[in-house]
Amino acid sequence: MAQSNMLAMILAGGRGSRLHDLTNKVAKPAVSYGGKYRIIDFPLSNCANSGIDVVGVLTQYESVLLNSYVSQSGRWGLDARDSGVFVLPPREKADADLDVYRGTADAISQNIDFVDKYEPEYILILSGDHIYKMNYDAMLDYHKETKADATIAVLPVPMKEASRFGIMNTNETGRIIEFEEKPPVPKSNLASMGIYIFNWKTLRQMLVEDMAKEDSHHDFGKDIIPTLLNNGGNLYAWKFEGYWKDVGTIDSLWEANMDLLDTNCELDMNDSSWKIYTEDVTTLPQYIGANANINRAYITQGCVVDGEISNSVLFTGAKVGTNAKIIDSVLMPNVVVEDGAVVTRALIADGVVIGKGAVVGAADSETIELVAKDVKGVE
Amino acid sequence: MRAFGIISSSGNHIYVEGMQDYRSIGAFSFLGRYRAIDFPMSNMSNSGIEHVEILMSNNPRSLVEHLGSGRHYNINSKRGKVQLLFTEGGAATSFYNTNMTGFAQNIESIQKAPADYVVLAPGYMIYTQDYDKLLDQHIESGADITLLYHSVETAHEDFLNCDVLALNRQSGVDAITRNRGAEASAKIFMDTYVMKKDLFLSLIAKARNISSMYTLAQIVNKCCKDMDVRGVEHTGYFASLTDFKSVYKANMSLIDYNNAKLLFDEKWPIYTRTSDSCPTQYFEEAEVKCSVVANGCLIQGSLENTVVGRGCTIGKDCVIKNCVISSDVVIADGTHLENLIVDKHASVLHTKEIVADPENPGYVKRGDII
Repeated sequence: MAQSNMLAMILAGGRGSRLHDLTNKVAKPAVSYGGKYRIIDFPLSNCANSGIDVVGVLTQYESVLLNSYVSQSGRWGLDARDSGVFVLPPREKADADLDVYRGTADAISQNIDFVDKYEPEYILILSGDHIYKMNYDAMLDYHKETKADATIAVLPVPMKEASRFGIMNTNETGRIIEFEEKPPVPKSNLASMGIYIFNWKTLRQMLVEDMAKEDSHHDFGKDIIPTLLNNGGNLYAWKFEGYWKDVGTIDSLWEANMDLLDTNCELDMNDSSWKIYTEDVTTLPQYIGANANINRAYITQGCVVDGEISNSVLFTGAKVGTNAKIIDSVLMPNVVVEDGAVVTRALIADGVVIGKGAVVGAADSETIELVAKDVKGVE
Repeated sequence: MRAFGIISSSGNHIYVEGMQDYRSIGAFSFLGRYRAIDFPMSNMSNSGIEHVEILMSNNPRSLVEHLGSGRHYNINSKRGKVQLLFTEGGAATSFYNTNMTGFAQNIESIQKAPADYVVLAPGYMIYTQDYDKLLDQHIESGADITLLYHSVETAHEDFLNCDVLALNRQSGVDAITRNRGAEASAKIFMDTYVMKKDLFLSLIAKARNISSMYTLAQIVNKCCKDMDVRGVEHTGYFASLTDFKSVYKANMSLIDYNNAKLLFDEKWPIYTRTSDSCPTQYFEEAEVKCSVVANGCLIQGSLENTVVGRGCTIGKDCVIKNCVISSDVVIADGTHLENLIVDKHASVLHTKEIVADPENPGYVKRGDII
């Protein structure tokens, strides 16, 4: 296998506090999604499918589960001789005390030695908490073609929502002339996806300078990109078209799961040319019982269903008892819904038990109910 | 490691019509997401046996592909080993192609195996067993050879051509004979042996001196008068995949979740090769009851009492009952199928209805487009 000249670094240190109880004990990139996946499976699989061999994962918040999860690099096929997934939490160094990552750029700065070891020509900076399929190799081609110092992946968003994003204003060649963070009156609808390709030499020098600055946030969006633009750097926007979701809240996580029920879903999980890889679990196939009634559902191995499922996503090992009803809901791994219970418009967290006959959530609720604790049955 | 394992292939007296034309029984798809050999391999691995040798037979491609490096069986990649034993020349002429020929041709691998005991298990039978416990029992009893058997009451119609143990009152083996369906009640030999490696090697030499066509069961049968050969009864789920109907019945029997619980135990995982398929999507029109479904399927029609393998497409308004569908099968809209095994990669596109006799399930060949 020829060595790729681009190394990827995935920023996976965030908590994702708007996911509430789901991220009490795990970082957001380790949150379950889509029946059998964790969110970080997406950037990792994209890397593997794009021919990237070495991936560093920068972890910080509640990282025990995340670290052990990503360190099994064979799950994504990244276990060839010259490849690997490397867990990079903050560390004590000979010339510096143990310090947290002060920002997204600082996380890379503190690991310059790691990157240098591979002598990459390019570095790809990714976020560990987005759901999308992207060919980073195509983005690299564009980066080379435009002879850019940095290339930023952008997503065209509806103009009326553009003020919620970091917006890239480009000229007709795609060169970025201005970057505006959440502009009240946006001039363009190209939102930054937080995916960057840099020439490593350029970025390396900028990071060294940034580390010494006292007034810096040490952040790509706030510091590195604006500085590069101000210095007259050659920045290009690479337009991505396809499914992309930042599942920052319970509602958006629920929605992203519901998207999978759409048979024309752009994410197309069934596409065998761009598979999303994940942990291989040893469960039974799914068991659908005599009293089951399944209508629009996304169900994975290890599930045992004897109730009614409509418009719902069931994760690995979820069990639904006789005459239970699951409507417009998401059951995360190993959830048990006992006989006769009814779950409507809810997201049930890992391993939660909904007792016999209990009623959770409501059809007319405005937001999705997150259930993170067992619910007692009604006898 | 006290024992190493050998997984043997089925003898010449066994042939599963249709399916075995394409692969050995160990590579048969089972219950949607498994292959038959996953059961003995997982039994070995869960029992702490990390050196496993697998006797290959005709059409090995599918089995070799499935076993790969064997890492998915949770075997230490440095301390453990999954080794394939190929039979040269003789393999082509089934007459001489006995398991003894295979062992004799691979005698060095067996001699070098780093353990004093050997556990031999079949790649064509479905059961779980802790071989470490069986080895304890074997050592404690002082027997020369321990054979595992399962008592059944349906031997007049099931397990035909399997071997049967005749035991004396001390569980000593008097004879190993063939089940010809004469009696309903029988102790079906599970083709599972525990013995010292040295004894196994001497049996191979002995058998080769008597006949080029001898099998391991035949030489043990011949020797059991002069040796301490004992039967140990197996409890739990047991099925043999030794003819077409038994393959169908074994799959069907596990659709009942309570039955499946007799075979599957969370503490005794059955490993298989992942295909990285996504979850299964059930469409609005789907109607599914009493079925076992693997991942990666798109299901629009109705399924009842059916096993569906990975990556199948079941079209709109289909009615599928009492079928065993292997992986990557496509069934077009409005098709009615009953009592069938549909083999891998088959597509039922032009035939609107196939209803076989429940007593004689039908077969759609691998890769056929009908």
